[in-house]
Amino acid sequence: MSRRRRQHAAPAGSGLPGALIPLAVVGVLFLVLPVLGLLVRTPWRTLGDELSSTESLTALRLSLECASLATIVCMLLGVPLAWLLARGRFWGRGLLRALVIVPLVLPPVVGGVALFTAFGRRGIVGSHLYDAFGIALPFTTPAVVVAEAFVAMPFLVIAVEGALRGADARLDEAAATLGASRWYTFRRVTLPLVAPGLAAGAVLCWARALGEFGATITFAGNFPGTTRTMPVEVYLALQQDPTAAIALSLLLLLVSVAVLAGLRERWLTIPS
Amino acid sequence: MHRRTTAATLLVGLAALTAGCGGSSGGTPAASGTSNTGLTGTITVLAASSLTESFTALGKTLEAQHPGTKVQFSFAASSELATQITGGAPADVFASASPATMQQVSDDGDAAGTPKVFVRNTLEIAVPSGNPAGVTGLRDFANKKLTIALCAPQVPCGAAATTVFRLAGITPHPDTLESDVKATLAKVTLGEVDAALVYKTDVKAAGGKVQGLDFPESAKAVNDYPIVVLKNAPNPKAGAAFVALVESPQGQKVLSDAGFQLP
Amino acid sequence: MADDPQLTGLAARIRLRRGGLVVDLRLDVAPGETVVLLGPNGAGKSTALRVLAGLLGCDDGEVRLDDEVLEDTASGRFVATQDRAVGVVFQDYLLFPHLSARENVAFGLRARGVERSAARGEADRWLERVGLSSYAGRRPRQLSGGQAQRVALARALASEPRLLLLDEPLAALDAGTRLDVRADLRRHLRGFVGASVVVTHDALDAMVLADRLVVMEEGSVVQSGSPREVATKPRTDYVARLVGLNLLRGHAVGTRVHLDEGVILSVAGPAEGDVMVAFPPTAVSLHRSEPETSARNCWAGQVATVETHGDTVRVTLSGPIPVIAEVTPLAVADLGLRPGAPVWATVKAVQTSVYPV
Repeated sequence: MSRRRRQHAAPAGSGLPGALIPLAVVGVLFLVLPVLGLLVRTPWRTLGDELSSTESLTALRLSLECASLATIVCMLLGVPLAWLLARGRFWGRGLLRALVIVPLVLPPVVGGVALFTAFGRRGIVGSHLYDAFGIALPFTTPAVVVAEAFVAMPFLVIAVEGALRGADARLDEAAATLGASRWYTFRRVTLPLVAPGLAAGAVLCWARALGEFGATITFAGNFPGTTRTMPVEVYLALQQDPTAAIALSLLLLLVSVAVLAGLRERWLTIPS
Repeated sequence: MHRRTTAATLLVGLAALTAGCGGSSGGTPAASGTSNTGLTGTITVLAASSLTESFTALGKTLEAQHPGTKVQFSFAASSELATQITGGAPADVFASASPATMQQVSDDGDAAGTPKVFVRNTLEIAVPSGNPAGVTGLRDFANKKLTIALCAPQVPCGAAATTVFRLAGITPHPDTLESDVKATLAKVTLGEVDAALVYKTDVKAAGGKVQGLDFPESAKAVNDYPIVVLKNAPNPKAGAAFVALVESPQGQKVLSDAGFQLP
Repeated sequence: MADDPQLTGLAARIRLRRGGLVVDLRLDVAPGETVVLLGPNGAGKSTALRVLAGLLGCDDGEVRLDDEVLEDTASGRFVATQDRAVGVVFQDYLLFPHLSARENVAFGLRARGVERSAARGEADRWLERVGLSSYAGRRPRQLSGGQAQRVALARALASEPRLLLLDEPLAALDAGTRLDVRADLRRHLRGFVGASVVVTHDALDAMVLADRLVVMEEGSVVQSGSPREVATKPRTDYVARLVGLNLLRGHAVGTRVHLDEGVILSVAGPAEGDVMVAFPPTAVSLHRSEPETSARNCWAGQVATVETHGDTVRVTLSGPIPVIAEVTPLAVADLGLRPGAPVWATVKAVQTSVYPV
């Protein structure tokens, strides 16, 4: 009798089996509680002073700029790469896909060390750059962009590859029969159709880049204004003044949430 | 190689200790001392990064002296460790690279007893082996053309560096301010920076990959390293035993071989 | 503006192996002519179409359109799809979902560099010709099947192709829409100056749209001719079934045909040699016992299936001479026709048509 009543009380169309509801609730709590804790422990009275300090604002500006640049780099390099993986037909495609995923499974600090071995002053590529032009990548702002792009690229590639696989490749054929060159077809047919997937991938990419710590601090170093991004700033603050660290964390959280919430869901879903 | 020397010393030391140990385990626990008192369990030691090599060796010594014990270390910047302790991290012993960070812990009431200085450390200029940039002294740290790594001022190594530069009247132009001394050293080992300011002990620990250059002003900012058993230690007796080992002649020898100065 | 190239139509010899099928086809289409490739699924018709469009290359052969060689395996020449003056209407239409009907139709022009307002104007003109002016701003998912088909046709024609290819253009439509769309399509095909090739498996589409029918089975052409010719003189069982005729083979001597199965048929006209005999289901009468008529055309068989067909009934007979008979429901009852029942069949000679193999 009571079971029937419970069934009526459930929202129409929810369909989740009763046994799974507690798990879902725990899942929500698991994700929400740390954020709540942050909000509760925020030093609301001194917040304004903490956040308006030059260090915080510099770090925030640097973080936002680098994450955005890194996302652009990922899009420029990632979309062609995703196309190769989704539609290309060549030997070693599976290997290529595995390589693309590597930054995802690599611990970020290891990623930082790997970047050194490639682009550092003594790196396999970087050494030539240094010997010829005296340019070294580590400890510069571009190094932050490189480190962030390295760890965030897989997100974009995977999202776009998925979208390309879902898109009807026959539409490309139709475009060809209408006389469109491959570039025109890519621009006017393929890209618009994967735009939602690309947008979703870019958002993930941006979020990952913004939060990147290990590879950045290892490869790009740690210098205010040049390479000290928000996560690094928080890490340092934690050692001296945990309250300040909380305030900075809150700031980063608010900025991220604002950007992500501002993206409407319909821009990120594929039209059926 | 300095590491090998340290290891050799350790082996000799171990042999001496085990030879001296004679009668084995069991027996009633003694009130104090480094002799075999039947200690067991895990000992958690939080120590400044610069103590990595020497404390690891001492940890093994303790484990050999007291079979059944296991010494676990967490090496990081002292300031980070202090924050962890005041945040409630469970540990038996804390050894920091500066009195200031130890003060943080004492003020918070986490220290059992008075911290005691057990070694001192001075800064040294570290350059990649071969000194490719031809660094000669502290003055070179003001050269914008060189790639320089320093510890961030918030950590003991960085605080000492700030003092040193101030006393020398030099404004350094670092390219990166690392969050702990080992990270700073790593940049030199990788050859990615031309010079860095780290502890003498770090230069020694890095072996042939890094060359050290002494400079006169280093004597003006010497870091005292205090050590203390923590109040909420899970294994206080064993913690005390470790501290005793550190302060003992054997312990002090290991530390001075690593480049520390005795107090 | 360049002079229009001399239109000589399509001349194609195509041979290729695809999966387990070997497609071997010779196709010549004059300008203004509509050839329908008719055949069952898997016959290789769509494959042939893809070769003509340049979406597939053949193993051996040559494709020439007017004065241009599009493909020649001997010399290795292959013109890419986008460089061919070919328009294609796909079975699923493949309209670009993110563009409006107008933008879809204008696509080919814009792709060739025509300036936007000129392209839009041209697109609007074409949409008017297919009767969809008021739908110009709609997205494909807002269009009905028939409307989408017309937009697809307009899109293909707007680029002024010299060869028009249609792959099962009416397959996705329901019966009611098909009627109107088929008639419209015929009108447009008649008005198109270039060569057209339509692929279909539907007999009615083929009959209505074709100037000439080419029947393909298992990769090869089995019959070619005008719709009337194919419909009245089918050469394979498939075609016969398609056009609703019974087809038998035999050896003719005068007005007698000795069927392969041993029965002798009297037929309408005299002939000599190996022949095919075709007659409609309505020419077959069924009897419960051996009839006493003078009709020679009589044999015993067994009922295989009984199916309603509109307001008549189609009875398939098995036995030495398998045929389909069309009878009234009353006859079904009277004769006790059900699967397995024995029955006698007769055919009226006057309704038979005989032609050489």
